[in-house]
Amino acid sequence: MAEYSVFSLLRNAFSGNRDWKPAWRKPDPKPSYDVIVIGGGGHGLSTAYYLAKEHGITNVAVLEKGYLGSGNVGRNTTAVRSNYLLPENIHLYEHSMKMWENLSHDLNYNVMFSQRGVLNLAHTPAQLDDYARRGNAIIHSGADSVLMTPAEIEWLMPGIDASGSARFPIIGGLMQWRAGTARHDAVAWGYARGADRRGVDILENCEVTGFIKDGDRVVGVTTTRGEIRANKVAVAVAGSTGHVMNMAGIDKLPIESHVLQAFVSESLKPFLDTVVTFGMGHFYVGQSDKGGLIYGGDLDGYNSYAQRGNLPIVEEVNSEMLALFPSLARVRVLRSWGGVCDMSMDGSPIITTGPLPGMYLNCGWCYGGFKATPASGWCFAYTIAKDEPHPINAPFTLDRFHRGAIIDDKGQGSTPRLH
Amino acid sequence: MLITCPYCGPRDVSEYSYQGDGNRTRPDPASTDQEAWNAYVYDRLNPRGEHHEIWQHSGGCRAHLKVTRNTLTHVISSVGFARDAGHRKSDGHRKTGAEA
Repeated sequence: MAEYSVFSLLRNAFSGNRDWKPAWRKPDPKPSYDVIVIGGGGHGLSTAYYLAKEHGITNVAVLEKGYLGSGNVGRNTTAVRSNYLLPENIHLYEHSMKMWENLSHDLNYNVMFSQRGVLNLAHTPAQLDDYARRGNAIIHSGADSVLMTPAEIEWLMPGIDASGSARFPIIGGLMQWRAGTARHDAVAWGYARGADRRGVDILENCEVTGFIKDGDRVVGVTTTRGEIRANKVAVAVAGSTGHVMNMAGIDKLPIESHVLQAFVSESLKPFLDTVVTFGMGHFYVGQSDKGGLIYGGDLDGYNSYAQRGNLPIVEEVNSEMLALFPSLARVRVLRSWGGVCDMSMDGSPIITTGPLPGMYLNCGWCYGGFKATPASGWCFAYTIAKDEPHPINAPFTLDRFHRGAIIDDKGQGSTPRLH
Repeated sequence: MLITCPYCGPRDVSEYSYQGDGNRTRPDPASTDQEAWNAYVYDRLNPRGEHHEIWQHSGGCRAHLKVTRNTLTHVISSVGFARDAGHRKSDGHRKTGAEA
């Protein structure tokens, strides 16, 4: 087992870096497993990792249709935070935050978790009141939150337009200092390596083409690499949830798939050492260690399974950035891309047993799934291993919509494109 | 993405507002069938492929349109007036042209 340490780094440096072993194996599928996890993204890989680590279930396969990290885990804007209003959400995301704080040690893999703070800007007194209320709820539930004044914000980020003549003057903000960013690819690779070391088979280029059923019970899947049977089949496929569940005969879910675009600018010198969100639109930006500004905004706004977006949102997001940082007007956009988000009807996720016997479902993360990667996998592994939810994910059922027990942090109602 | 409005011709998507899934049927307003209302409010087909949806040409003639669009390729195969497809907010309270 090639542990990563300063000694292994030195040893490999002196041998010309020719002796590094691949971080995970490329096994052939076995005919059957105890658990199959469909989806080799962050949540699927962390589920497999915690199944092996916490519950001793190592006869597990993770099925990924493309290459590892080709979906949303490699497409997000890397922010990690737990500043939610409702207790169900805070408990889930704060559990995740605590796991992030020890994740690099746990995985022996540097996920570059950086608690650089996430600041939500307020531009109206009503918005600031609302932030104060949310901040109090956050503190009450055990996470951290603090209101900042315009002077503090201007000191923190000199590039921001904090003048009273800005189109939307900044009158304060809500900061979570323990929030921050993580290297998204490293999270996928770290979990993959950790799961692989514990015996989990990671099967790339293995697309699920159908489900094998015995009566109502799901007993396996057919894939592009043959038939694979399992006692338990777990689905963690984010934006493809509707498509995959349709193959299992579930034609309707409280989910719509929408495309979200993200952008990276050319590399700049250190300019912004926190993540900041605009309060008069939907815009968030942080700066990577490499210097590029990583930013994004709203969904394109219509159902989409295409991993690319349209131009009106490109214009809108960039104009919002310039409203906050006029000095960036001549900075060039390096890349933009789209990811497919599983938008749920109340903006909160679903981590549950079912809906069919032998099946487990993890979906509905909207565009906030990355920050939840550790807790999502941890809770989902518990649910799969014990056949019942952990108290943290017990509220996040599939039937909560029909029972009237929705968890709508934003109070937006069942219009998923607005969450 | 261009949507061809039956009145105005091909126009940019930014002129339109998305009104959502056009596969849903609103139950009779007098209905007290809770499951039917739950299904109407929360359950979606969410297909990867052809999708029936309602758009409004809000930056143009303001007509509500029923559009069939492929959610994977964005190819639009048909556009018609939503009223012709029977999409009304409430069929129970529809007025004919003469009454209105």
